[in-house]
Amino acid sequence: MFNRKTILNGIGLLFFLLLPPFTQIFGQEYLLSLFSRILIYGLAAASLDLIIGYGGMVSLGHAVFMGIGGYSVGILAFHSYESSSILSWPFVLGGTENAFLAWPFAILVAGIFGLITGAICLRTKGMHFIMITLAFAQMAYYFFVSLTKFGGSDGLSLYNRNTLPTLDLGSDVTFYYLCLAILVIFLIIAHRLVGSHFGRVVSACRENEQRVQVLGFASYRYKLVCYTFSAATAGLAGALLINQSEFISPGLMHWTKSGELMVMVLLGGMGTLTGPVLGAATLLLMEDFLAMYTEHWMIILGPFLIIVVLFAKRGLYGLLTETGGTNG
Amino acid sequence: MADVLLHAKGLCKSFGALQVCRNFDLSIESGELHALIGPNGAGKTTAMNLLTGLIAPDSGVLFLNGNDITKTSIHKRAQLGLARVFQVTSLFNDFSVQENLMLAVQAQQKTGARFWMNATRDRKLMASTDEYVERMGLTERATVLAGNLSHGERRQLEMGMALATKPAMLLLDEPMAGLGPGGTLKLCELIEGLKGEVTILLVEHDTHAVFALADRISVLVQGEVIATDAPQQIKQNILVQEAYLGGS
Repeated sequence: MFNRKTILNGIGLLFFLLLPPFTQIFGQEYLLSLFSRILIYGLAAASLDLIIGYGGMVSLGHAVFMGIGGYSVGILAFHSYESSSILSWPFVLGGTENAFLAWPFAILVAGIFGLITGAICLRTKGMHFIMITLAFAQMAYYFFVSLTKFGGSDGLSLYNRNTLPTLDLGSDVTFYYLCLAILVIFLIIAHRLVGSHFGRVVSACRENEQRVQVLGFASYRYKLVCYTFSAATAGLAGALLINQSEFISPGLMHWTKSGELMVMVLLGGMGTLTGPVLGAATLLLMEDFLAMYTEHWMIILGPFLIIVVLFAKRGLYGLLTETGGTNG
Repeated sequence: MADVLLHAKGLCKSFGALQVCRNFDLSIESGELHALIGPNGAGKTTAMNLLTGLIAPDSGVLFLNGNDITKTSIHKRAQLGLARVFQVTSLFNDFSVQENLMLAVQAQQKTGARFWMNATRDRKLMASTDEYVERMGLTERATVLAGNLSHGERRQLEMGMALATKPAMLLLDEPMAGLGPGGTLKLCELIEGLKGEVTILLVEHDTHAVFALADRISVLVQGEVIATDAPQQIKQNILVQEAYLGGS
């Protein structure tokens, strides 16, 4: 029962598990923060894949959910340093640095934003859907740019990472393993979701939504649930990202960031879930590596992306796992 | 008189200045196979779209089992038992035959919201799916992607999907279109076998098939039903001959 996918996923997991000891042996600790970012962007890209690759909802505003998740954590921490409350009416909401409170809060806020904007966006299709998700993302971007209390366009810094009762998140190794655990849990959940009754209806919407309705499914609700789940996950990725870099700025929400997430999905392989993690790794590593030689690293990345998209239907992941000649 | 299952009264629909349906009246009795015929451009497909809710009428009312469904959404109508087989085959091309039917069975068993268990491990779902795969004569093709099926097989699959939702009423929109003689015969047998099990509205160009299969026939000319009667009477109807059969 070992097919190529299982083997590749196993190798990937083993690589990520063994990475921290090796970086310490070879004294390359900076790699750890790069790979933490890869895991976090991998989580965001995989959540985007859920709506693009399975639901057929091509969104150009996914980074906004990361931004909202990140700012949720940032603003809670900011008020915690100031010992002031965010809300005094109708209930008192104080700041916190506790990850147990801040991260679910980030997921909740991103999820609600996804639910509200999704409810509007999903009334459109195709190009209109792309444009309206982009519009919402840019609205959020300019909102945070103008929010001078929280740094405006300069962004917001954390003095330290969030705290957890037993884990020391300040340690890069601990934080790295936590990101890895969250990513793996998400991939398992998403994998179950995609193969379930629910997942099949969502995939069928990508193929032919009207037909799904004629069968008797309220396709809109299925897509909205999927979209909201994806948004909430991206919110968690944002919460992790602000903890990783201890900084957030509205730039994270800019549409070019959403574009980057989409590139990760395309590069890694649409509709594969683990592919986008590979895509995130490829993109961030290329960026890191090529930037050492030239600031115009995009010149190399661009043609590379075109070649992958043209010749590999399911991206790099598809190239590595498909034996070719089979369908389905 | 038997119970009326589907009753359309005075449905009108215009696209701009073009009136495609005017005072469309139709009543289909429970258990019958009712055929709707008419020359090209008579508005047959528009009438079907009005019945399934893909487009909304400008005026008129529609009843299913005595309930007003004029403003009911597409998926609600389907849940109430209205299933449609499309003129242009409309399948999930990247899904296999089995996966296509699974989706239809899921709709009937109302399990679409389950999100954890792998759908292929749902025994009730799989048993019912396999039954329809077999009944449609597609057992050997079960794992083939719908996009790779022959035209006739696509029709069979489409029919199976409509049936799998266990509809009270089946709307067949030109099922014979584009089929060779062999395929038409096979499909006729399949439809014949369904008579009595489910109420059928058949919209069809192939008049041979219609006169052989239908209990009653309605003739649609320029968006209006000009006659509804048993096949023999329709053949003798002067109006119908002028408008339709006279030409062919």
